[in-house]
Amino acid sequence: MAEANVPGTRPEDIRPLSPHLQIYRWTWTMAMSVAHRITGAALYVGSLLLVIWLLALASGPEAFETAQWFFGSFLGRLILFGYTWALLHHMLGGIRHFIWDVGLGFDAASRHTLARLTLIASAALTLLVWVIGYAVS
Amino acid sequence: MASTKHTLRTPLSRVRGLGSARSGTSHFWHQRLTAVANVPLALAFIAIVVCATGSGYEEALALVRSPLVAILLLLFILSAAYHMRLGMQVIIEDYVHSGAKVAAVIANTFFAVLVAAAAVFAVLKITFGGM
Ligand code: HEM
Ligand code: HEM
Repeated sequence: MAEANVPGTRPEDIRPLSPHLQIYRWTWTMAMSVAHRITGAALYVGSLLLVIWLLALASGPEAFETAQWFFGSFLGRLILFGYTWALLHHMLGGIRHFIWDVGLGFDAASRHTLARLTLIASAALTLLVWVIGYAVS
Repeated sequence: MASTKHTLRTPLSRVRGLGSARSGTSHFWHQRLTAVANVPLALAFIAIVVCATGSGYEEALALVRSPLVAILLLLFILSAAYHMRLGMQVIIEDYVHSGAKVAAVIANTFFAVLVAAAAVFAVLKITFGGM
């Protein structure tokens, strides 16, 4: 078990030398870092949803009805729900990066709080958007 | 590079243009710039999609072609496409180390340009196409 062995390191700060995921114990900040990357990649693919919807609308009534049918189906709604969460979570993760970019929030307590807030707020906002969506439609 | 002690060069002038792809700082900066723009644009986009839920063909046309909505959609498309291209390039550079890397970076740019072109074309056709 290779650990970084710097004299004077506090026991809780001793880290494994290997960065590999099966060796490094999971932390909130790690999980949210990975989540930022996964949601970014999901949004990358998800941009096709907007393209499909706009092209269908630009193509005429039949194509649009087909698109609306798909997005309104159970699978379509599930995908859109996931896209909403990915977008909001990635946005909040981005705002977390902005906070770090101006030099704030680097201490352990803030890192932990910010990481947990991203998840809690993205879940809450996603539900809010969908409640509003169902209320207006 | 010459010793850093006795020089009137600023540190910035020495690092500028010397990123891993000789453009590291500008890549980082554009990622941040588009990310900042994406915050209000993505929120507007979500609001537009919520307004469009369950709407029929004519309603959806009217929504997309109204000037504010069309402009916000176009800005979101352009900012997000550029941002996702930069972001995916970082992911590729992190994980793809073989000869496939160059191909992946090229494919990434093609994908982002295609997404942007298709979406912009659709918004312009809906707005000006006399539909
Ligand atoms: C922003 C988020 C992320 C950062 C900063 C990050 C960073 C890193 C670093 C520094 C390494 C070690 C370098 C190496 O072994 O080449 C690593 C390895 C790894 N990452 Fe990530 N990573 C992130 C997201 C992800 C995601 C989303 C996944 C999974 C889908 C992932 C899967 C892995 C795996 C499997 C390894 C081990 C590679 C190996 O065994 O060599 N990472 N990551
Ligand atoms: C909603 C507002 C958004 C904000 C505030 C935002 C913010 C950010 C930031 C700050 C990064 C850089 C993270 C880092 O340096 O490690 C990033 C990465 C990324 N973003 Fe966004 N973004 C937004 C929307 C989007 C959208 C709409 C897409 C896709 C269509 C997207 C795709 C990506 C990808 C693929 C990455 C690379 C992820 C990585 O390197 O781990 N983002 N985003």
